[in-house]
Amino acid sequence: MGFLEERFDDNIVTAKVDQLLSWARSTSAWYFQFGLACCAIEMMATAASRHDLERIGMMPRSSPRQADVMIVAGTVTLKMATRVKKLYDQMADPKYVISMGSCANSGGPYSRAGYHVLKGVDQIIPVDVYVPGCPPRPESLIEGLLKLQEKIRHERPLTKKK
Amino acid sequence: MIINQKVSDIIEKQFPGSVILPEEPQNDYIQLLPDNWNEIAKFLKNDTELKFDSCQCITGVDLGIEENLEVRYNFHSMKHKHKIEIRIAVERKRPSIPSVEQVWRGADWLEREVYDMYGVRFKGHRDLRRMLLPEDWKGWPLRKDYKTPNIYNGMKVKKVRKGWD
Amino acid sequence: MGLVHADEMTLNIGPQHPSTHGVLRLKVKTDGEIISEITPIIGYLHRCFEKHCETLSYEQIIPFTDRCDYIAAMNNNFGYVLAIEKMMDIQVPERVKYIRVIMAEFNRIASHLLALGTFGLDVGAYTPFLYMFRDRERILDLFEITCGARLLYNYMWVGGVSHDLPIGFVEASYRFLDEFEKNTKEYHNILSYNKIFIERSADVGVLPKDVAIDYGVTGPNLRGSGIKWDLRKDEPYSIYDRFRFNVPVGKGTMGSVGDCWDRYWVRAEEMNESVKIIRQALDKMPRDGDVHEALPKKVRPPKGSIYFRTESPRGDLGYYIISDGKGGPTRVKMRSPAFTALSALSEIASGWMLSDVLVILGSLDIVLGEIDR
Repeated sequence: MGFLEERFDDNIVTAKVDQLLSWARSTSAWYFQFGLACCAIEMMATAASRHDLERIGMMPRSSPRQADVMIVAGTVTLKMATRVKKLYDQMADPKYVISMGSCANSGGPYSRAGYHVLKGVDQIIPVDVYVPGCPPRPESLIEGLLKLQEKIRHERPLTKKK
Repeated sequence: MIINQKVSDIIEKQFPGSVILPEEPQNDYIQLLPDNWNEIAKFLKNDTELKFDSCQCITGVDLGIEENLEVRYNFHSMKHKHKIEIRIAVERKRPSIPSVEQVWRGADWLEREVYDMYGVRFKGHRDLRRMLLPEDWKGWPLRKDYKTPNIYNGMKVKKVRKGWD
Repeated sequence: MGLVHADEMTLNIGPQHPSTHGVLRLKVKTDGEIISEITPIIGYLHRCFEKHCETLSYEQIIPFTDRCDYIAAMNNNFGYVLAIEKMMDIQVPERVKYIRVIMAEFNRIASHLLALGTFGLDVGAYTPFLYMFRDRERILDLFEITCGARLLYNYMWVGGVSHDLPIGFVEASYRFLDEFEKNTKEYHNILSYNKIFIERSADVGVLPKDVAIDYGVTGPNLRGSGIKWDLRKDEPYSIYDRFRFNVPVGKGTMGSVGDCWDRYWVRAEEMNESVKIIRQALDKMPRDGDVHEALPKKVRPPKGSIYFRTESPRGDLGYYIISDGKGGPTRVKMRSPAFTALSALSEIASGWMLSDVLVILGSLDIVLGEIDR
């Protein structure tokens, strides 16, 4: 975290502005619930009483303009693909995408003989974290989200990019 | 089921020439000609002894590349609790059948699905368009001679990465 | 002042919207706030189930039937497996029959809990959703100790089931059933007799009897309109004729017969009836037996076709299977109950306000995976 240890009293914290911003952003990433198929039920179960997503800072939003993370949960078909791209474009920067389940990763069980299934959502939008499973357990999804938080925490939003 | 044989005789009496008799006697289904299917359907629904008021399922079937297409109907009566199966064969080149969507309202979407998957045109259907696939999709997927397209609107349809087998 | 000129407006709801139960698009023509015409557009989850089945063997199709109606996966498996066993004339052992009924009824309770929870969410109540998911997680725990999966099981095989019940399952089930009966009273206090809920759902979206039969609507939607039709009693399959249970029917307690409250109430009462069936099955089940005894070496039904229907939590689920005598089917068609229920939406939702449409849609309890296949 970059605290300077034991130089000051316990209730004074020092950090670089960059790291403070990244820490704040990573622990309050609101997600855009884009549940398409069976994985949507596991996403709802992760947000419900037993495994709670709000304790890691994620709140469900239904509009893409208010969300930071888009969780693509379920099979993306060719008829739906244009809408996925449109919704991704409507999200404001900085934005992240989690591909949940085998169908969104690579087409899943339908990858061999589905004439209407898009083989992986990364054909149309860039993906940050892939969560495998059919459907992934709520614990797996939380692990994927924690990895995303780690990725956000290592960003440096204020340094000039070359 | 004995009921299929009985209903087949009743239909033949009302509409002579519509029932195609099978080679060996059987009780599983009734094979009809498509010509006056609409009138037969109204008779099946309104006749007090038959009263088939519930259309359960409409299935399109492709028996093989050399054979015809077929549309199979399953009907059930809530009052008398009996059920029948009716099969109507259509040719592959220009398949067409009279529609029964004004007789049973539930047949509306079921017929649209058969049109979407097989290309069978239902004469008299008020809104025949594709249901499950996009409007600009080419081809009838559930036919046996269908080939999956390679690209649809700029997206690759088939498996994309090597080594996935 | 002359007359104010007003045009109809065409709105689009979906395919992504927090209140739709999946990816459903509704094209709505409104005159102010009142709806004059509504058209559902589906197909956004069409995963080519029927074409895919023609390239697979009979056993390989079972996991794919799970994924069609992903909320009640055991019931999907059940219908398919019973159809094939009828074609091949296989007799399964008694213990397998009881296990199948127990699993199917547990899944019916889990499916109704989710349906009622999301219905409350559509109306605006967030708490019942969390309470119902607490109970649903306990049922999913029971499934997990049996076959390892929480949502999509691949549990019922042709001629048997995949895993036997583990030690401790029967005691855990009894404990769960005792607690669940107390919780149903809690749900009635929170949601069913809540004044706001009654005002939003009573007398809204009435489905008359003859319209329901004409459209082919079945299941709790039909029973909410006052018609007593349940396939478990009227065309009994498996061992349902050995159990004693009632069939709840909508009576118009809070409004007219066939409104949204009636359909909600039928589902809530059906959960209690399922608890009765499970208790009787757990009492009568034979204590030992090999569940893999009747598994055939090769699943090859004789040439022919069959149409078999069972009662899933959404209505009657039908499978039309045509077999050629080979290892895989020629044609598998799944007749889904939510498909016909959704086709009736354009008739019962016209004339209501925009916010009522979502209540009607929630009360029909549709699952897009089953509609699009």
